[in-house]
Amino acid sequence: MKVGFYPGCSLEGSSKEYSKSLFAVSEKCGITLEEIKDWSCCGASAAHSLNHDLSIALPARTLALAEKQGLSEIVIPCAACYGRLAASQQAILNDKAILEKTEKYIDMAFTGNVQLLTVFEFLQKYIFPVADQYIVDKLNQKTACYYGCLLARPKDLTKLERPENPMEMEKVMEKAGATPIDWAFKTECCGAGFSMSRTDLVAKLSGRILEDAAERGADSIIVACPMCHSNLDLRRPEIKKQLKKDINIPVLFITQALGLSMGISAKELGLDKHFVPTGKAVSCIVKKEA
Amino acid sequence: MIICSIQLIFFCIKRQLNRFNIEIVHESIETKPGNSLKSRLEESVGVIVSHCYQCGKCTAGCPLNEDMDIKPNQVLRMLQAELPGYEDKLLSSLSIWLCLACDTCYSRCPQEVKLSQVMDFLRQESVRQNKVNPKAKDILSFHKAFLETIEKNGKLNEVWLTLNYKLKTLNMIQDVQKAPSMFFKGKLNPIPSRIQHVKEMEKIFQRISENEGGDK
Repeated sequence: MKVGFYPGCSLEGSSKEYSKSLFAVSEKCGITLEEIKDWSCCGASAAHSLNHDLSIALPARTLALAEKQGLSEIVIPCAACYGRLAASQQAILNDKAILEKTEKYIDMAFTGNVQLLTVFEFLQKYIFPVADQYIVDKLNQKTACYYGCLLARPKDLTKLERPENPMEMEKVMEKAGATPIDWAFKTECCGAGFSMSRTDLVAKLSGRILEDAAERGADSIIVACPMCHSNLDLRRPEIKKQLKKDINIPVLFITQALGLSMGISAKELGLDKHFVPTGKAVSCIVKKEA
Repeated sequence: MIICSIQLIFFCIKRQLNRFNIEIVHESIETKPGNSLKSRLEESVGVIVSHCYQCGKCTAGCPLNEDMDIKPNQVLRMLQAELPGYEDKLLSSLSIWLCLACDTCYSRCPQEVKLSQVMDFLRQESVRQNKVNPKAKDILSFHKAFLETIEKNGKLNEVWLTLNYKLKTLNMIQDVQKAPSMFFKGKLNPIPSRIQHVKEMEKIFQRISENEGGDK
C-alpha cells in the first residue's frame, strides 16, 4: 500500500531519525511512503509571523504538487509542518478570494482534495491494523507522552477529541508494551522556534516539562515533533543549567519507540543520533509474552 | 392616573435618551476613521475584538505571560478601548514577538478569539511601521534569516540558517560547540539541499511583495 509523504526540512536535517524510524516501521508493516516531488518548506513560524499571504502560499505550493502527483493522502510527521499545511488548506478552502490569490502566487491550480494525516492518524489507519503481528517486544517502561502544542491545537486542525488531555499517543505506547504516566505538562509549549533566538526561554519552558516528567518517574519521554525533540534533547545542557539539576531521561520519537517494540535495531531507528543517550530506554525492553 | 401618565412620560423620555445615547456611541464608532489599527485588524484577521469579555483565560494559560510587557488579555483590552496612543504601545511591545503561537489561548477562549492570529497581524504591522521593540531584534532576525534561506533554496538548511542568523545578530559564539557533534551525528548538511525549481520559489516571494506594494 502507498501513502504520500511530506518530510519537511527538519526530517532531512536535525531530525533524520524521525524519518528513518517512520520508514523502518512502515516498511515492516508493508506500507510504502511516496515523497512529494520537489516539495518545499512550509514557512514555519517565520512566514506566519512576517507575511500572512506567504504563510498560505508556501504550503499551498507543496499541496498543489501533491495533487499533480495524484496523491490522495499524505502523512506529515512533523507537527509544525502539519499545522502549517492544514491551516493553509483550510484558509484556501474557506475563502474563494484567498484561493484565487494563492493560485496566482503559486501559478498552479489548487483543489484541496489531498487528505492530510498527522502521524497519529497514519499509525491508526495503516499501522495499527497489522501492528500486533509485528510487535515482538515489550518496551516495559514508564513513558511520558509529550504532545506539545501543534499536535494538540488548534483542535479543528488536529482533530483530537480532547486537546487538553489527548490520549492518542498513549494508545500507541500501550500497544508497544509501555506504561504511559499521567502528568501535567503533556500539552505545554517547549519554546518551539525560539531555540536559537531566545534559548533562555526554551530552557525555561522545556525545563518545566522535563522536571515534571522526572518527578513522576518517567523512564523516557515520547514525542512526535522535531522541534519538541530538539528542544528537549539538543538543548539539554541549557536545560540542566536552568534547572541546576541533572536529568538524563532520553527523548524518543513515537516511531522509534514503536519500532523498538517491533524488534527493529536501535541503529536502524537512528537512536545513536540523539544527544541524550537512549541506552536507558533500550535496556528496559523485554520479550513479549506469547 | 396622573402618576401613571407621569411615569409613562418619564419612561418615554428615558427611552429616547437611551436611544440617543446608543446612537451617539454608534455614531462615534462609525465616524472614526476606518483605518485605525483595530478596524484593519478586524477586517484582515476576521476577529471581532469586542467578543472578548476579559475572562483572562488567555493570560492564565500563556506559557510566557510572565515575560510579556502587555499580557494577552490586555492586548485585546487595548484594542477594545482604543485609548490615545494604543497603536504605538501595541506595535512597539515585546509581547507581540514573544507569542509562540502555541494556541493555548485560542483553544481555551470561551469566545473563540483567534489571539495568535491577532499577534501575527500586530507583528507584521510592527515591521511595516518600523516599530519593532529593540528587545525583539534577535527574534525578528531569526525569522528574516529563515525566510531568506528558503527564498534562495526552497527548503531550510540549518547551517545556512545559522550562518545567516549569526551575520545578522553578530552573535558568533552561540552554539559553536554544538556544531561538530551535530555534524558527526549526520544532522548537519554543510552543502545546502535545494529544491529543483528554485526559481518558482523566488517568483512566489516576488509576486507576493508586488501584490503588497499594490495594496498599499
